[in-house]
Amino acid sequence: MKLTPLLERRIIYLVLLIAVTIPLLIPIGWKTEVSYHVRMAYDLIEKTPAGKAVIISFDYDPSTMTELHPMAMSMIEHAWKKDQIIIATALWPQGPQLADKAFTEMLKKFPDKKYGVDYVNLGYKVGGMVTIQAMGRSMETVYPEDNSGTLYQDIPALKKIRTLKDISWISSLSSGVPGIKEWVMAGHDMNGVSVTGGTTAISAPGFIPYINSQNQLIGLLGGLKAAAEYESLLGLVGPASNKMDSQSIAHLLILVFIAIGNLKAWRKRKADREKNTLGVKNA
Amino acid sequence: MPEIMNVVGLYLGAFFTFCIFSFLYRDNPFYKFGEHVFVGLSAAYWLVYIFYKTLMPNLFTKLITDFSGNLILLIPAALGIMMLMRIHPKTTWISRYPLALVIGTSAGISILRYMQSDLLQQLTATMINPVVSGDGVTTIGNFLLIIGTICGIYFFYFSKKQEGVYAVPSKIGIWFLMISFGASFGYTVMARISLLIGRLEFLLKDWLHLIN
Repeated sequence: MKLTPLLERRIIYLVLLIAVTIPLLIPIGWKTEVSYHVRMAYDLIEKTPAGKAVIISFDYDPSTMTELHPMAMSMIEHAWKKDQIIIATALWPQGPQLADKAFTEMLKKFPDKKYGVDYVNLGYKVGGMVTIQAMGRSMETVYPEDNSGTLYQDIPALKKIRTLKDISWISSLSSGVPGIKEWVMAGHDMNGVSVTGGTTAISAPGFIPYINSQNQLIGLLGGLKAAAEYESLLGLVGPASNKMDSQSIAHLLILVFIAIGNLKAWRKRKADREKNTLGVKNA
Repeated sequence: MPEIMNVVGLYLGAFFTFCIFSFLYRDNPFYKFGEHVFVGLSAAYWLVYIFYKTLMPNLFTKLITDFSGNLILLIPAALGIMMLMRIHPKTTWISRYPLALVIGTSAGISILRYMQSDLLQQLTATMINPVVSGDGVTTIGNFLLIIGTICGIYFFYFSKKQEGVYAVPSKIGIWFLMISFGASFGYTVMARISLLIGRLEFLLKDWLHLIN
């Protein structure tokens, strides 16, 4: 039976589906090596003293939750383990709901953490970079109240926070624009606050140049693999680690498909060349 | 009641996931239905969200509670109404003024910030002493950074024909570019597989409860 390109494509989809599904049902438990950029982000949070206020910006929506939500959970867990005060912001409209979801899940592990004291959700603000620039002048002007309508001055966690400069580190979990880039430009380059973050794998190569000698970006979590690495640094087997078996199997499979595709292309070119040579000789 | 709505939501989620996945076999009415529902729902969601989360707190509430103290807000309100004039062909020209203001302001803010972050800071980051004593890996990395930056930029220098000795840095630049494209492709594959894993996790965990 001759395989048509359409049939070949369907076979690839089917094999990929099976390859991704099986490790989800029967986990293999492969270990993940921690990369340098993930360790940089981890060290930034690890070395920040207790009681300091930090920002985690939820700059993503449900379409990229698979990659970014495990990062959010790990960073909240890490910051709370170090007794840091988390201020959640969002440059994306659905960010505040995702922040609430992450906090609700993490509160099961940290039942002593109190809203308004250990964490606060300031909600969504339109404007991207302009908003961050304004936060550099006054946080209260940008966020007169939190996501649930409590006035800024009535929130104990924000008592000592006047501007962005009072923040120890910012982590933007970003799946596009506005996101990490805006935080680097306005948060670090304008206000000198350390910026780290996580992004979808597809965006990661574009942000790596910001990890440089100028410390524009301190570490980066790129995609599900980096989320799993962060979990392993925290000593957890979390949502990202559970999915890495499927990810690894799928990558191996795609490598095999690429090899088969190249082999087929090479054989076809060779056959065409031989046919042409034969044609020239016969002529 | 919320319990029932959750179950209905789960089944709807599963149904629309299959609708979209069905495109992998071929284009079909289920896929088209799923696609149209998604587009319509997104548009409606954004409209409601922007009204309640942007317009209400930033404009209407402030004007209603303290009109005289927020007179300045009438300017963006007027600009916003002018933008809506695009709806009618005869008044489309009015929308060009707020649009011009938005483009001009955005360009003005961005030029300064991009110049600082994407040009000056990035250039400064490559002006480093490449040799780090006792750390061979970092030293090699620093050399690669400097060579890659110079050769990559040289590849886009078109004022002189790149032949003979002038072609050498250009060819090195191509290698660096190709490697970066390969890395981007790898990351893209990872992102797409992650999306698939996310959907399968929803089906197997939230919908079918086959995994914990």
